[in-house]
Amino acid sequence: MAGKQPKSGAGKRQAKTPYSAWSLLRQGLAGQSGWSKAWEDRDPLPRYDVVVIGGGGHGLATAYYLARTHGISRVAVLEKGWIGGGNTGRNTTIIRSNYFYPASAALYDFSVQLYEGLTRELNYNIMFSQRGMLEVAHDEADLEAMARAANAMRLNGVDIELLSRDEVLNMVPLLDARPEIRWPVAGALIQRRAGVARHDAVAWGYARAADALGVDIIQNCEVTGFDITAGRLAAVETTRGRIAADRFGMAVAGHSSVLAGMAGFRLPLQSYALQAMVSEPLKPCLHQVVSSSVNGAYVSQSDKGELVMGGNLDRCPSYAQRGSFAVTQSVVASLVEMFPSFASLKLMRQWAGIVDASPDNSPIIGPSPVAGLYLNCGWGTGGFKAIPAGGTLLAHLLATGNNHPLSEPFDLARFTTGRLVDEAHAGVAH
Amino acid sequence: MQQFPCPWCGLRAENEFRYIGDAGIPRPPRTASDAEWAQYLYFRSNAKGAARELWIHSAGCGRWFELDRNTATHDVAAARPMTS
Repeated sequence: MAGKQPKSGAGKRQAKTPYSAWSLLRQGLAGQSGWSKAWEDRDPLPRYDVVVIGGGGHGLATAYYLARTHGISRVAVLEKGWIGGGNTGRNTTIIRSNYFYPASAALYDFSVQLYEGLTRELNYNIMFSQRGMLEVAHDEADLEAMARAANAMRLNGVDIELLSRDEVLNMVPLLDARPEIRWPVAGALIQRRAGVARHDAVAWGYARAADALGVDIIQNCEVTGFDITAGRLAAVETTRGRIAADRFGMAVAGHSSVLAGMAGFRLPLQSYALQAMVSEPLKPCLHQVVSSSVNGAYVSQSDKGELVMGGNLDRCPSYAQRGSFAVTQSVVASLVEMFPSFASLKLMRQWAGIVDASPDNSPIIGPSPVAGLYLNCGWGTGGFKAIPAGGTLLAHLLATGNNHPLSEPFDLARFTTGRLVDEAHAGVAH
Repeated sequence: MQQFPCPWCGLRAENEFRYIGDAGIPRPPRTASDAEWAQYLYFRSNAKGAARELWIHSAGCGRWFELDRNTATHDVAAARPMTS
């Protein structure tokens, strides 16, 4: 970003050019000269009310809700690289809320509901397409497990239906209908409100709206140390100097343990590479998101026409942003078995993000062992779908010092009391 | 595909192995507090860099062993039979 503005943290800023048909027409006639920048790359001030570490979706959303909901606009978002360049830009953009336990369903469905109104709220088209997500069952045992999961999800108030084999094959005609294959279609779970969105737009939409409310977005600013005085976090040392604040939030996904280590505590997390890959672009051929209940592989088609594919975590802890070929191979093999017509496609790109997996596959939202520092981590493989909720809940914590009722079940204390939200063993997809 | 050294079988493809967790975490006594027990069960340093890990050659000889591995580079420094 060129053209830095020294002015920072000054509260309300000049309004952005709204994105609308009228603006498009007017700017078209004016030679596109009147658009305001979506957001400014700021220099840090020495002190803020709140500092949010991590300029991904969760961090930017946190800053936005701090300013919008709680009226706290002397806020800085510190990003070590560029905004949305970590997992926010590396995920497969799936949004859904088909979780087993009531606390999880309430959290993720709140997020889906916020996503449903986000384009309007941010005046930024996040292209949320609720095209439905199917989880395919391959045999009778799968179907029985799915019926149990579906009942639990429906009791949680989430829109879930169990589809028969014929309904699935009518809906997704590219699936191999033969019964003798390795992963035959026996039926499926569908959440019709699930879908995909444009991930970069989520980051930029929150950044633009937060910037308009006075938030400073500071890039290339890596936290290198914590200044903890009398048990309370007073300031962070960064590659761009010391920055003090009353309260700090961290939303740094796979690097949560690294920051916690700097602050002198440990977290119940392991960092893993989660990979994704895309094929060459095709004409529209697959409308829904389709996943397998057994092998973990899933696929959807992007607006550009590429098939976006992913699967399970890589097999061992990693901070290297590249995936293991063994997992790439198993994802592609599983999908080609389910969709034989994809076999002739070429893979164009493959990449990985570092995710922070918790023992119960549920996030950690709450105070840290250091006063003044609050946590938003442990989303594991499912952070993107939770961005609006994660931002709302961390903002609530930072503004009030207390957990929101929705995030209360997800605090760090659950690992000591044993009150886990054990989605890891609930038999549902993550 | 990466290859890992099994102390008994030598270099084998990574998908023959299964990662278990950190090596060298002592089990606390039965009198441990809830907080100590939580540290033992769940809390990890999750180091970026050198790590001492426990693995099983699950699709090979089936034996457990320790692996010194760098989580930032995936380099393997050493493998040895379990020591604790």
